[in-house]
Amino acid sequence: MSIELNARIPAGPLAAKWDKHRFEMKLVNPANKRKYTIIVVGSGLAGGAAAATLSELGYNVRCYCYQDSPRRAHSIAAQGGINAAKNYQNDGDSIQRLFYDTIKGGDFRAREANVYRLAQISVNIIDQCVAQGVPFAREYGGLLANRSFGGAQVSRTFYARGQTGQQLLLGAYQALEKEIAKGGVTMFPRAEMLDLIVVNGRARGIVVRDELTGRIEPHLADAVVLATGGYGNVFYLSTNAKGCNATAIWRAHKRGAAFANPCYTQIHPTCIPVAGEHQSKLTLMSESLRNDGRVWVPKRKEDVGKNPTDIPEQDRDYYLERKYPSFGNLSPRDIASRAAKEACDEGRGVGPGGRGVYLDFADAIKRLGEDRIRERYGNLFEMYERITAENPYKVPMRIYPAVHYTMGGLWVDYNLMSTIPGLHVAGEANFSDHGANRLGASALMQGLADGYFVLPNTIGDYLASTRLESVSADAPDVKAAVADVEKRTRTLLGINGKRTVASLHRELGRIMWEYCGMARDAGGLKKALELIPQLREEFWRDVRIPGAGTELNQTLEHAGRVADFLELGELMCRDALHREESCGGHFRTEHQTPDGEALRDDEHFAYVAAWEWQGEGKPQQLNKEPLVYENIKLSQRSYK
Amino acid sequence: MNLTLQVWRQPGPEADGGLKEYQASDISPDMSFLEMLDVVNERLIEAGDLPIAFDHDCREGICGSCGMMINGVAHGPSKATATCQLHMRSFRDGDTIVIEPWRARAFPVIRDLVVNRGALDRIIAAGGFISAPTGSAQDANAIPVSKQDSDAAMDAAACIGCGACVAACPNGSASLFTGAKISHLGLLPQGQPERFRRALNMVTQMDLENFGHCTLFGECQEACPKQISIDVISRMNRDFLRAAVTAPSDRAASGGDG
Ligand SMILES: Cc1cc2nc3c(=O)[nH]c(=O)nc-3n(C[C@H](O)[C@H](O)[C@H](O)COP(=O)(O)OP(=O)(O)OC[C@H]3O[C@@H](n4cnc5c(N)ncnc54)[C@H](O)[C@@H]3O)c2cc1C
Ligand code: FES
Repeated sequence: MSIELNARIPAGPLAAKWDKHRFEMKLVNPANKRKYTIIVVGSGLAGGAAAATLSELGYNVRCYCYQDSPRRAHSIAAQGGINAAKNYQNDGDSIQRLFYDTIKGGDFRAREANVYRLAQISVNIIDQCVAQGVPFAREYGGLLANRSFGGAQVSRTFYARGQTGQQLLLGAYQALEKEIAKGGVTMFPRAEMLDLIVVNGRARGIVVRDELTGRIEPHLADAVVLATGGYGNVFYLSTNAKGCNATAIWRAHKRGAAFANPCYTQIHPTCIPVAGEHQSKLTLMSESLRNDGRVWVPKRKEDVGKNPTDIPEQDRDYYLERKYPSFGNLSPRDIASRAAKEACDEGRGVGPGGRGVYLDFADAIKRLGEDRIRERYGNLFEMYERITAENPYKVPMRIYPAVHYTMGGLWVDYNLMSTIPGLHVAGEANFSDHGANRLGASALMQGLADGYFVLPNTIGDYLASTRLESVSADAPDVKAAVADVEKRTRTLLGINGKRTVASLHRELGRIMWEYCGMARDAGGLKKALELIPQLREEFWRDVRIPGAGTELNQTLEHAGRVADFLELGELMCRDALHREESCGGHFRTEHQTPDGEALRDDEHFAYVAAWEWQGEGKPQQLNKEPLVYENIKLSQRSYK
Repeated sequence: MNLTLQVWRQPGPEADGGLKEYQASDISPDMSFLEMLDVVNERLIEAGDLPIAFDHDCREGICGSCGMMINGVAHGPSKATATCQLHMRSFRDGDTIVIEPWRARAFPVIRDLVVNRGALDRIIAAGGFISAPTGSAQDANAIPVSKQDSDAAMDAAACIGCGACVAACPNGSASLFTGAKISHLGLLPQGQPERFRRALNMVTQMDLENFGHCTLFGECQEACPKQISIDVISRMNRDFLRAAVTAPSDRAASGGDG
């Protein structure tokens, strides 16, 4: 059976679609909104914004997060900034340009209509955030400041020092707390969604485990939103927070939601290199650093062990400036990451294990003075020094690419609804707007666009045009979903084998990084497709989870997440194997131009790959949503 | 390096707790403090014991999840550093390290090093926001904000809500936390309409929770991983006093719809 992938893109000219759609959507009578309950899983930018806004509109909202407070969602860690087509700098920006840059940055693998809407909404986001008191950086005249980010030649990124995500999330969190106090939102912290409840083909609730008591209970609603973030932790080491997971979207996938483009992962070029086996996560150094830092490696292999300040100018290879003169150090992430890997593969990498390149601020400090640099990046420099014990004002930073963001996610239509009616997906958890590569400062934009402006409109349309029967906690589908979760929890606790969850997770991460990382080929992917099921089998046979299920048990929580990664990892490899082209973050070594750039195959692969669950032990079925470009001419990306 | 750990173990909120000793051998000075605990935990699991429960998530010093008393100091010996950003090179081979949860009446222990900090969320819910429903905003550049005010607001807004200020305070006061939010919003033009009402409602909520009173010891600013200045407390007190004098009717209406 093949599912229908109807993207429900409104007809009409691109620039008028969203307006027209908003007019055509049905509205819920204000007095009736209170009667509807909406579950929002996730309190990051997407979930926090959606929950607060839906409550402001009058809906009855229940919001969930696994941390002890909604303010700690992983969005808090975003550093660099948020894009918006405000054109405050008068440097030629426009909605059309942000739209074009995003489509091109995504290597022509995103939907035109969604991206255009994102660019349109971007301007409202900045207004909204300022009104909430987000302290964006300002110029002396009191107006907002901007910086540049990769993949753009205009300055459209708004920022709050190196803590933009924190400040945006606190804005959404404060709005959420305001609604909690009013009684419009009920918040469930330390609560993990472990399954989706589908009744008569519609999403009607979730199964939740209370992390403190271990109680497993159904929570019912009229519509469900998943805003549970990305799945980069399938690689074990990534820039994501330790708790980031795929569980919510993976369980929804197994209940019928198609998973789109799972292999599109973003490897960020500027992270602090791995220090040793004990490494538990990787720390990002914001892309904004590439505004002033210059990336280089020694020209000759023999120089890699030398003190960088002793290597004279003529012996350095500023490879990004050399290869991509017009974008230089601000080339998009996928390109900058691969270039770093190539330099290190050639034996010119620096630092432990030769897996590092320099990001050098000496010129910028000479030009602007140390104070200006401190003002721009002070907290990032401190963070670097704290981790590495090296002073980046004096010696160049060492950086290396690391897994950072997942463009893939649950398939959604223009209304952000998945293939399960009533199940909406927002933020990094969906696949929507970034194609095969996300530009810097665009995830915050997308999360807030989805949460503040898109979902509150489209959910109303769903509710107003759907007749929903009442569902009780003892309906057979509800009881069955709860029983599934209980059984799985019991099974996990009962294995009592020898291996720690962390060791299995690390092993999965190594397989994924080796075979499904920055460069992929058919041989390696096939190998991974043999190794992952073996590891999964070992997990279910030999994992050891001490403690009980009826109390706070962090090992059990971790085990459940790793179990899902062990299934998702396989799908990622299968998707990567089937996509016989290179595009954005998906680089198949078999498909490259003579000068080593990604070689797309638009004739055969200009589609969204939406994988459909077929049952345990059976491979997912591939469904295709063709990508139709009516406004943009497909071209080979060039940043030269 | 080889270390001796004395770690607070407490199986549940109602159970008794106590310090237990563990050897942490072969620890690399490049490890973060939490990575050291990861290693200890993996060894505990392999030995058939229960791992030490502690909160953590971002491991970048920004989410505010982590936090423990390390040798009696909130977040340990490095200044302006959250526990997750503390590295083992700050210790010496052979050291004994005592690790305990936040100690404050308002933060009951849940298990081992994990505490309940829900009171901090309730203080924000009482008024730590600007009421600007989605869609109601004017153009972002319509209200200029002086760079100085905006920078000062950002200094206060940097709070990560970890609770170290409360844990470090001999009285268990949440004044640094509350003052930081009151200052962040009160320094901005957008925050003016609700400024005094906000101070009144947040301080009232703080008093309702089990936090102690501030007697300006200043331990909080020493412990704060984001170096938030104790000046925010003076600002809070000024706004609160003015609110208490000028808007008594607001007090009755507090506790929610602020
Ligand atoms: C270090 C770093 C820096 C970044 N910097 C930038 C930047 O400068 N600009 C930019 O645009 N983007 C940046 N990004 C990307 C961006 O931060 C994220 O893509 C975005 O914040 C994701 O938001 P979200 O709301 O989709 O998910 P998240 O913020 O990850 O929130 C997920 C929520 O879901 C909850 N959750 C997850 N699973 C479950 C479950 N099973 N049950 C219950 N709750 C669950 C979590 O508790 C959390 O509340 C950065 C990312 C990283 C890692
Ligand atoms: S784990 Fe996030 S601040 Fe330490």
